Amino acid sequence: MITKRIIPCLDVKDGRVVKGVNFQGLLDVSSPVSLGKFYSDNGADELVFYDITASSDGRALFTDILKEVAKTIFIPLTVGGGINTLDDFDRVLKCGADKVSVNSGAIKNPDLIYHAAKLYGDQCVVLSVDAKRVDGKFRVFAKGGRVDTGLDAIEWIKRGVDNGAGEIVLNSIDTDGVKNGFDLEMLDAVCKVVNVPVIASGGAGSIEHFITLFKTLPKVDAGLAASIFHFGEVKIKDLKEELYKNGIPMRLV
Amino acid sequence: MVVIVDYGVGNLYSLKSSFKAIGVDVITSGDSEVIKKADKIILPGVGAFEDASKKLFESGLADVVISMANNGVPLLGICLGMQMLFDRSLEYGVHKGLGLIKGEIRPISEVIPKGLKIPHIGWNALTLKKPKSEIFKYLNDGDCVYFVHSFYGANCSDSVIATTEYGENLTAAVQKGNVYGCQFHPEKSGNVGLSILKAFCELE
Repeated sequence: MITKRIIPCLDVKDGRVVKGVNFQGLLDVSSPVSLGKFYSDNGADELVFYDITASSDGRALFTDILKEVAKTIFIPLTVGGGINTLDDFDRVLKCGADKVSVNSGAIKNPDLIYHAAKLYGDQCVVLSVDAKRVDGKFRVFAKGGRVDTGLDAIEWIKRGVDNGAGEIVLNSIDTDGVKNGFDLEMLDAVCKVVNVPVIASGGAGSIEHFITLFKTLPKVDAGLAASIFHFGEVKIKDLKEELYKNGIPMRLV
Repeated sequence: MVVIVDYGVGNLYSLKSSFKAIGVDVITSGDSEVIKKADKIILPGVGAFEDASKKLFESGLADVVISMANNGVPLLGICLGMQMLFDRSLEYGVHKGLGLIKGEIRPISEVIPKGLKIPHIGWNALTLKKPKSEIFKYLNDGDCVYFVHSFYGANCSDSVIATTEYGENLTAAVQKGNVYGCQFHPEKSGNVGLSILKAFCELE
């Protein structure tokens, strides 16, 4: 039986992991390579690296780091941030990424999904969506969740999948950072309309939240989080063991 | 020397790195003279069967790989590279493979229950056939590996050395003599995957 995936997300700026990493016993906690390795050794099923650098120097540094990561970590790697063109896909895939996550780049140019899926296969294209409730509807936000695009999130995701997106990362702005649990209502609405893997993001604060997620919504394939893992509030090993005890299929290492 | 056959299908960076990680010298080459000197061959592949098959046959590398395999050189096909070992594939038409493993590649949609997502993507457990194949000597039944595929090896029961359950038991790995194939990605399957590559490299 296919297992549910637990995915830590690392935001990388100027070659370092940001978003306040606080780990004991790890020599260089903000090195994407050592932190990624630590997660991989402790049972992470996949890693997501977001490049939040704005400068082109930073971009070059990011791909160098990605190469280092791919030399030492042998689990699937997803890369996002600043993916606007097919050249950007090419750039990160050559450095060892397995999947490429598009967000604002697809909003600016919706054809990007179609062309990338044609060239690299659906399984390679991840559509990442930041969504928030506006007037009782789920709306897509751009630029890191700051700008309301006016797009209906459900329609946008359906269209993305029709164009070839092989996986959806749904980040609820409403629950993000609150640590009160995943946005089950929003995730359910998305799961109902697509038949590709859906990755839940935003709101995880405890092991209990992951159990609730997978028990309530069996169609959700993976849970993604950043700070609770970075701060050691939830240890991936403990999390996966607890999920397993609760009858959720897990890969235990 | 282990040679990864580069026939222009998919990215080989991670695969190459995974051999380095287990301390094995590896070269990536599309030059038949280099490949002929290999004592082990890796046939990778990601993407569509038709395109990959064309590239492999038109470059002449198919004949090189077939004759080396027939001469006993250990060969490991990975993902689409495993599918390429079969007689043929029914992925959008009928396309010929290397014919080293008896059977054909068919869509998983034909056998798995409706409602399950396609592609079959993620970590899934292996059921190992007994006696355990040499390349699984470091593995335990139930170890998980990483899959990404929409097609599977069918009518190949003589060669199946591992299956995985996704609504139905699907071919996860095959072997016929010195010819091996994994539907999953050992280079993306953590330590379990690396130990398969290690066992392959240790074959006599």
